[in-house]
Amino acid sequence: MLSPADPIDPMIDIVDLCKRFTKGKETITIFDALNLAIPRGDFVAVMGPSGSGKTTLLNLLGGIDRSDSGAIEVAGERLDRLSESELSRWRASHIGFIFQFYNLMPMLTAAQNVELPLLLTRLGRKERRERVETALGVVGLADRVKHYPKEMSGGQQQRVAIARAIVSDPALLLCDEPTGDLDRSTADEVLSILQVLNRDLGKTIVMVTHDPAAAQYAKRSLHLDKGHFIEKELVA
Amino acid sequence: MRSIILQILAVTAINLKSLPQRLWLSLATVIAVGLVVTVLLAFLSMANGFRRTIADSGAEDIAVVLRSGAVSEINSVVLRDQVRLIEDGPGIARGPDGKPQTSGELYLTVNGIKRSTGTKASLPLRGLGPLGPGLRRGVVITAGRMFNPGTNEIIVGRALGKEFEGFELGQTVTFNSTRWSVVGIFAADGSVFESEIWADLPVLQSLFKRAGSVQTVRARLTSPAAIETLRAYSDNDPRLKLDVMSEAAYFAQQASNTSDLIQKLGWPLAIAMALGSLAGALNTMYSSVAARATEIATLRAIGFGGFSAFVGTLVESLILAAIGGVIGAAATYLVFDGFTASTMGASFSQVVFNFQLTPRLIGQGLLLALAVGLFGGLFPALRAARMPIVAGLYG
Repeated sequence: MLSPADPIDPMIDIVDLCKRFTKGKETITIFDALNLAIPRGDFVAVMGPSGSGKTTLLNLLGGIDRSDSGAIEVAGERLDRLSESELSRWRASHIGFIFQFYNLMPMLTAAQNVELPLLLTRLGRKERRERVETALGVVGLADRVKHYPKEMSGGQQQRVAIARAIVSDPALLLCDEPTGDLDRSTADEVLSILQVLNRDLGKTIVMVTHDPAAAQYAKRSLHLDKGHFIEKELVA
Repeated sequence: MRSIILQILAVTAINLKSLPQRLWLSLATVIAVGLVVTVLLAFLSMANGFRRTIADSGAEDIAVVLRSGAVSEINSVVLRDQVRLIEDGPGIARGPDGKPQTSGELYLTVNGIKRSTGTKASLPLRGLGPLGPGLRRGVVITAGRMFNPGTNEIIVGRALGKEFEGFELGQTVTFNSTRWSVVGIFAADGSVFESEIWADLPVLQSLFKRAGSVQTVRARLTSPAAIETLRAYSDNDPRLKLDVMSEAAYFAQQASNTSDLIQKLGWPLAIAMALGSLAGALNTMYSSVAARATEIATLRAIGFGGFSAFVGTLVESLILAAIGGVIGAAATYLVFDGFTASTMGASFSQVVFNFQLTPRLIGQGLLLALAVGLFGGLFPALRAARMPIVAGLYG
């Protein structure tokens, strides 16, 4: 635990995080000494204007981007100290990603898409199939096992993506605008699933969103602006 | 390890299943590689066919005797006395009548007209003694009869008759202002002798003013090992300034120059084309990586390693190249295998031969195709492996 002031056991603990981008001769500071602690089992919506660093934060938490300085501890692992290959292995067992545009492989069926993270485990074919069926059952798509993404609606595709994110039972789900491409009612279905995953399965969820209605499904909402959290609001 | 293999299989399957999305670009690479392999194999099968036609003509137990330093029959002279000394030499097989199994022979060139192009070409006219045909493997008269000694009659090799005009059975041809009748067509196991015209030696010696000498002596040996005895005999007799070698060695030497030349033309041309198709393969694979950037990044975000992205891309490139290679080899086989051609042999006369494609040559063609695939896929595969995940996900 990096934050001595925080009495909880955090899933995410960020201390003095700095992140800059260089664009030509210009250096853009995204985060300058950012601090954040999110406890296990939390469901946090991260909101803020475009360019505020929401997605960058998500990428740093998922170990797919590197900080310039500061410490990032997620699920007990100091990400800033891991090599690329260690980060890959760590992501496989600890993180589930959910993207705005689902990022499914169009040439694979729903089951094959969901199975992908399990290929990184030691599970045999039969166990993998069982887990895939369970995950698709959790998101209500047990009857769509052999369907290809193009044969499904946007909401169904996002539910397949959620099944893919949870199939290897990661502790942390990172969602980047998961309802950004969906209509209201479909978005509500997807958000309800996330809520169930948080409430019933204890998944810690960090969700980046522009949508205040979506943020209502989270336990609390963090507002990010110019690299700093300017507001913390308990939703539920 | 199991996980890495599963990752590679998954990435490769994803890459291959997404090929229809890049159909035309992938097809262009396949065709480019196929053309490279076709050109290479056309040359190699030509060189191989030429080499085999000539090299397979030689036997180990037949000695060929030429003037010392002569590189081929056309520039050799063996005097009558030298012929007699060779006939009396050690290691020469003798017939039931006790006579040495030898044949002094003249090798001249005459003009003929190629059927395919209508152009003039030099054809070999061989004068040989009665034992001459028997010193060659598989010589049979397939039509007509053997020439009669002392007459202006010729028999024509089957391959030469097919490639050149005017040598049909019963036809009359003119060489050196003398008319000759075609009285027979002969086969010789597909060897180089099928590209020759044969006539009676004394008649040729008389009409071409070569009395008193021949150009080569062929002799049957008591065994293949007897070539050394005969060579030592020749080397130790100052009257015999001759080169003695087995017929097999002679033809191998004759074949190597031309087939080497064909190969030396074929490989650089194929490699130059391969470099062109390499550019195509690079373009295709870079496009493939760019088109799959989001997929690659997504897999990496899920936890797939960069190595699987590398191998998957490389395998895609190798498979495209291999398909091109197989198509090129199949095209060469269908178009060129068995294709008959003729070219200038070492004795400045035409040799008729068939293109011969062998599994070994096909292997060489496929190796070149895979080399194009390997180098065409290597750098795009590195890009796929090193691509920042964030860049792949968000562009």
